[in-house]
Amino acid sequence: MTGSIAGGTYQLGDVRIDLTVQGSGAPLLFLHPEIGVDPDLPVIAELARHWTVHVPSHPGFGASQLPRWMSEVDDLAYFYLDYLQAQGIAKAVVVGSSFGGWIAAEMAVRSCERISHLVLSGAAGIKVSDREHRDFADMFTLSINEVSALAYTDAALAQCDYKTLDEAALAVLHRNRESTGLFAWSPYMHHPKLRRRLARIQSPTLVLWGDDDRIVSADYGRAYSAAIPGATFELIEHSGHYPHIEQPKAFAARVAAHVAAHV
Amino acid sequence: MRVWHFSEEPYPAAWTPEAKNLRVSLPNQNIDPVLAADLYHRYLDEWLLADELGFDIFANEHHSTPTCMTASVNLILAILARQTKKARLLGLGLPIGLRPDPLRVAEELAMIDVISRGRLEMGFIKGVPYEFSAANRSPVRVMDRFWEAHDLIVKAMGTHDGPFSWEGEHFHYRSVNIWPRPWQQPHPPVWSSVGSMHNVRNMAIRGYTMATFINGWQKSKDLFAEYRKEWAAAGRPGPVPLERFAYLAMVAIGNTEAEADRRATQVRGYLETNATAFEQHKNPPGFWSPTDSARLIKTFGQPHPTMTVTTRDGHKLGPVAKASNADMVAGGLLFCGTPDQVYQQIVTFADAVGGFGNLLMMGQGGRLSHEDTADSLKLFAREVMPRLQAWSAERERQAA
Repeated sequence: MTGSIAGGTYQLGDVRIDLTVQGSGAPLLFLHPEIGVDPDLPVIAELARHWTVHVPSHPGFGASQLPRWMSEVDDLAYFYLDYLQAQGIAKAVVVGSSFGGWIAAEMAVRSCERISHLVLSGAAGIKVSDREHRDFADMFTLSINEVSALAYTDAALAQCDYKTLDEAALAVLHRNRESTGLFAWSPYMHHPKLRRRLARIQSPTLVLWGDDDRIVSADYGRAYSAAIPGATFELIEHSGHYPHIEQPKAFAARVAAHVAAHV
Repeated sequence: MRVWHFSEEPYPAAWTPEAKNLRVSLPNQNIDPVLAADLYHRYLDEWLLADELGFDIFANEHHSTPTCMTASVNLILAILARQTKKARLLGLGLPIGLRPDPLRVAEELAMIDVISRGRLEMGFIKGVPYEFSAANRSPVRVMDRFWEAHDLIVKAMGTHDGPFSWEGEHFHYRSVNIWPRPWQQPHPPVWSSVGSMHNVRNMAIRGYTMATFINGWQKSKDLFAEYRKEWAAAGRPGPVPLERFAYLAMVAIGNTEAEADRRATQVRGYLETNATAFEQHKNPPGFWSPTDSARLIKTFGQPHPTMTVTTRDGHKLGPVAKASNADMVAGGLLFCGTPDQVYQQIVTFADAVGGFGNLLMMGQGGRLSHEDTADSLKLFAREVMPRLQAWSAERERQAA
């Protein structure tokens, strides 16, 4: 399958998504979390100092189309494996945050052929606690304000007033919640078999976690790391669930150090 | 005109004036099973009385809420199938897009239809936003599941030389072969409630009965007109029979205006508590369109725009919560007064919206007592029902 880029969108088969490609150097695929991605985020520029950064918006998120046949995270994993192939990318650093980390892990258990390094930040996807304890804060039974308060250390980010957002931003918020509700409703934010399958990952893996992540705990991240052969686990200080937003320089530096350590 | 007695089987003891939330997450320590038992028996008695008086019967279901104790509409209809004699039994409705097992739904419905000797009317609904947590089903693509469940239920009821297999997008069955098969063939009549234009066509092309709930003059008129248009476009013969249309209103009848007014204020407890819910439960992911979702986020805490009382000539009287009983009558949301007044209000409204053959009557709501409910039912049956039937006959004669 081959794809085509035009005016910030990318077409692969019957799927058209928003995509930006920035920077130069080896390719890095950034897989955004459930809240979507703004290509103007500082972290993208930081990463673009080292790599050619591919920033797609997942099918169903932002303005990307959601084809009728997509309904599970493995659909997204295969889509991005196809993407790497279609773009002729022999090896990419794959970085995923939260829901995007789950996609990255599902890609890696299927094939690490085109994944030089894997970075999982606050990644969802596995089940760690017992059946009576949820690992990942339930974004659907909390209000959007309560979710923000849990997600960020920075008070300004934690207290986002959604009522002040314009219609376009609210429509994107709606689509991101809707698609998360499609892909991650139940089992909530995980696949029961992924934890066992993580042993198949062959790429050098870094598991990054905000030291103040109140959406999903650092211990969950440690369990994630322990299930991946040779993976390392690191905390990022002064960050909640999205270190790429709260600590963009540190985030990019950790990714760069990980790649440099596994040439 | 058929008149259907309806109660949500409320549990008002858990409604407190300061309550911010009566949906999904109010702990069930707030319901006393002993009091709940008394209430269930009482509401069932009122449906039995309604049966004796010539009403038909309408029940629904909601989950995890004191606004409605009917957690399973099929359970209530099963009791009534055995205990009533004449009334048709409408469950409106069953949220079949939320049911994990529509084959089980078909079996239960067939049992109710057989036990009642063919008195079941099947109402299938999308469900309100609060239902998705209890059902643990995502609102995303719920209508896709709804229609697949519908297709399976209808096929299961109409297939008598099975078993057949079903390997759909959402449901998978090795062997579909329901026992009993329903009394009514190919299946009991299907209803749904419709609140927006884009769902009307699916009802009209199948000839299903379309209900609109407390939607007032203009919206009801528009929905019924759209149905007529789609009915004709689908090539269905003749004018749409009035029995294909239903309107749900609150009804408060009294021997005097003062008595009716007092009863109306109590019945309105339904509307006052119905939407007392947290933001996230009102706006689960994918339930609303992006536009509606954005509006809900921007206006959370304010009355929902559709719940503004609007008069027949389009004059806005403000939010339901602040409306007087007279305003509610002017908005076509409540029929209230003496028997003469109630009759006049109903036929005036029905004529204005293009006619309907079913009045879904919230005759019990809120804290309205058993004594008031029973007295209202008797008064309505004696003074209003015969005149409504005469009015319907005249309407049908004119249409033919």
